Amino acid sequence: MISTKIIPDFLLPPHIDQVGIEERSSRFTKRSIKNETKLNGLMLALNMIDLTTLEGKDTDGKVKQLCYKAIHLHDVYPGLPTVAAICVYPSMVKIAKKALEGSGVKVASVATAFPSGQATRDIKIRDTKYAVQHGADEVDMVISRGKFLQGEYNYVFDEIAAIKEACGKARLKVILETGELVTYDKVRKASDIAMYAGADFIKTSTGKISPAATMPITLVMLEAIRDFYYKTGKKIAMKPAGGIGKSKLALHYLVMLNETLGEDWMSNEWFRFGASSLANDILMQLMKQKTGIYQNANYFSID
Amino acid sequence: MAKLVKNNTIKLKFDSVKNFAPAPESKKAAKIDPQYDLFINGKFERPMSKKYFSTINPATEEKLSMIAEANTADVNKAVKAARTAYDKTWKKMPTAERAKYIYRIARMIQERAREFAIIETLDGGKPIRESRDFDVPTAANHFFYYAGWADKLEYAFPNRKTTPLGVAGQIIPWNFPLLMAAWKIAPALACGNTVVLKPAENTSLTALKLAEIIQEADVPPGVVNIITGAGVTGAAIVNHADINKIAFTGSTDVGKIIQRAIAGTNKKATLELGGKAANIIFEDAPLDQAVEGVINGIFFNQGHVCCAGSRLYVQESVFNEVVRKLKDRLETLIVGDPMDKNTDIGAINSKAQLDIINKYIKIGLQEGAEMYQSSCAMPKKGFYCRPTLFTNVAQSNRIAQEEIFGPVLAIQSFRTDDEVIEKANNTAYGLSAGVWSDKGSKIFNLTSKLRAGVIWANTFNKFDPTSPFGGYKESGYGREGGLHGLSAYINLV
Repeated sequence: MISTKIIPDFLLPPHIDQVGIEERSSRFTKRSIKNETKLNGLMLALNMIDLTTLEGKDTDGKVKQLCYKAIHLHDVYPGLPTVAAICVYPSMVKIAKKALEGSGVKVASVATAFPSGQATRDIKIRDTKYAVQHGADEVDMVISRGKFLQGEYNYVFDEIAAIKEACGKARLKVILETGELVTYDKVRKASDIAMYAGADFIKTSTGKISPAATMPITLVMLEAIRDFYYKTGKKIAMKPAGGIGKSKLALHYLVMLNETLGEDWMSNEWFRFGASSLANDILMQLMKQKTGIYQNANYFSID
Repeated sequence: MAKLVKNNTIKLKFDSVKNFAPAPESKKAAKIDPQYDLFINGKFERPMSKKYFSTINPATEEKLSMIAEANTADVNKAVKAARTAYDKTWKKMPTAERAKYIYRIARMIQERAREFAIIETLDGGKPIRESRDFDVPTAANHFFYYAGWADKLEYAFPNRKTTPLGVAGQIIPWNFPLLMAAWKIAPALACGNTVVLKPAENTSLTALKLAEIIQEADVPPGVVNIITGAGVTGAAIVNHADINKIAFTGSTDVGKIIQRAIAGTNKKATLELGGKAANIIFEDAPLDQAVEGVINGIFFNQGHVCCAGSRLYVQESVFNEVVRKLKDRLETLIVGDPMDKNTDIGAINSKAQLDIINKYIKIGLQEGAEMYQSSCAMPKKGFYCRPTLFTNVAQSNRIAQEEIFGPVLAIQSFRTDDEVIEKANNTAYGLSAGVWSDKGSKIFNLTSKLRAGVIWANTFNKFDPTSPFGGYKESGYGREGGLHGLSAYINLV
């Protein structure tokens, strides 16, 4: 927890200019990323992926397969990194933990009545504790967007703080579900609330609502992290999730990260991609870099 | 347990930002001839002066080509060609036909956009990203826009009849060579005038490429004449008796000379001169976007922009935060080879200009201002200047009063609205200004009190052919762009 005297007044409006933030974020896409920069970027992006399956139809078998993929992305290409984590529902944490044992790949679990967050606080806390007890290294919680939009910022703040406490040693990712907050000002405000309440990560989306992560929204959050860092000296990690399926877009995100927060954030401790299809697209690009030809999608496993 | 940290004890690290693998645009995609002649009466002709001068790439100091130097006899020939074309062809041509030629020029610029961008960058030193994404497309847009007006002048000036002025002598600067040529030629042609245009001696190549397009587009001979040379050639145009209008963009000093020279003559004039624009950040501004706007306002085109936001006023309550954000942003600017697609700040246009900028940096230090420059590595050859901020600046400092025309920003703080209005207006210039605030009423209060031709709110350096551009006070008179731009090239009857 941060000492209360420096917590800002969340009733004050933040100032984000829509035109300006969109212009700035499009500027990152003008960077031309070639050769070794591209190769390093792709490797890093691969290593930052939270490989995700969050479906009602998920089974033990599906999760095990995904865990295998997390460690063995594409064995014909030697020297590939693993992904950063596997992201599953709490009921799958135990399976995933066992499958990933000794690999260094983290287990992240969504919790707090994901994706809607429409449950009472004690249920959310129990949901969180269940995931942590079964071995989750990271917890991805959702904020109560209804309360937030009603202006009940204290409620949202306290809830995040309570979940953080329930997490124990697990790192807490706070999902703002920016697609439901709509404006950049609200995204900024929710980011500030989450960080001051104890978030280790702030995360854009559940992936269940469209639009999910976009570059300008991620930039608003990165700038919030930057201001928080300058005020407190504490680093917060960032996770855009949903809608990042292509390597080129992932590289644009990395450029944005590098030019907003600098090189200290350029690792999977401080940045993640919440994505399921991105890994294969990066693998395709890496094989293209190596062999000079784009390979058929059937050469890459779908898990 | 995180605790409050003082701003100066922690710092983000951006060294890795500059480590992009090279991504150079190919020089081979553009053809530059070893020698260029004068474009008079639809043909490229050797100068009667028999003299040529060399033009160099300021990023490498290598010679690019030889350019003809027009003397008074050449100017006379060009004006005569323009007069004949005006009397015999262009004035009489149905307006819709004129429009077709202008549209054709616009399309051909688009078709050859890459070639134009490369040459603009090689000749002028500006980053390829800017010439590709700004200079060339905006130039084409200008021709498109005025082509549209060519047959609709009676709607632009309802219940009035318009007549062209005749022959326009146009002299343009080296900071946006192709774009300034477009700003001058497009409205002149649309209104039925013929032109003699002289690009700046450092950056003649894209204007000469434009001449090639004008030739290929079958524009009647003499309607557009492009002659090259330095100040003497320009003076010959200004003093020519058979020219009806002078359009000049450049320094205030030369603007004053021109104004003296045409005093007592029948020549009309539009002058777009220097500037020392104030960018004003209030505490309720979107700070990160304001910082970005300030960066683009002063470092766009290496600061070689007459409307550059070279003075920054920041409200005291957010002063330290804004300066810290500016410094961080400065560290992520890539200075280097203008042909590299990742370069943000290219080469200073000439050795002479670099000397002027360095002189002002020295003056700033002598005046006691605090300097901050980005820590980037600089190319060994060519003319480069680090992006530079000055804090602890006084209104009476020369770096806050005089146009530097380089990547140098003078930052001051202010407390109240009235104070900043007074300070912003306290300049000999009045070309542009910027206001950053989330509060609409405050913005309108300021925009009505700032004496500048263009005022941007929560943005900076935005240009559009539909929007008029021009200055107050020593920034000149007359407007270019939009409907206002038409009135500079017609008589209303």
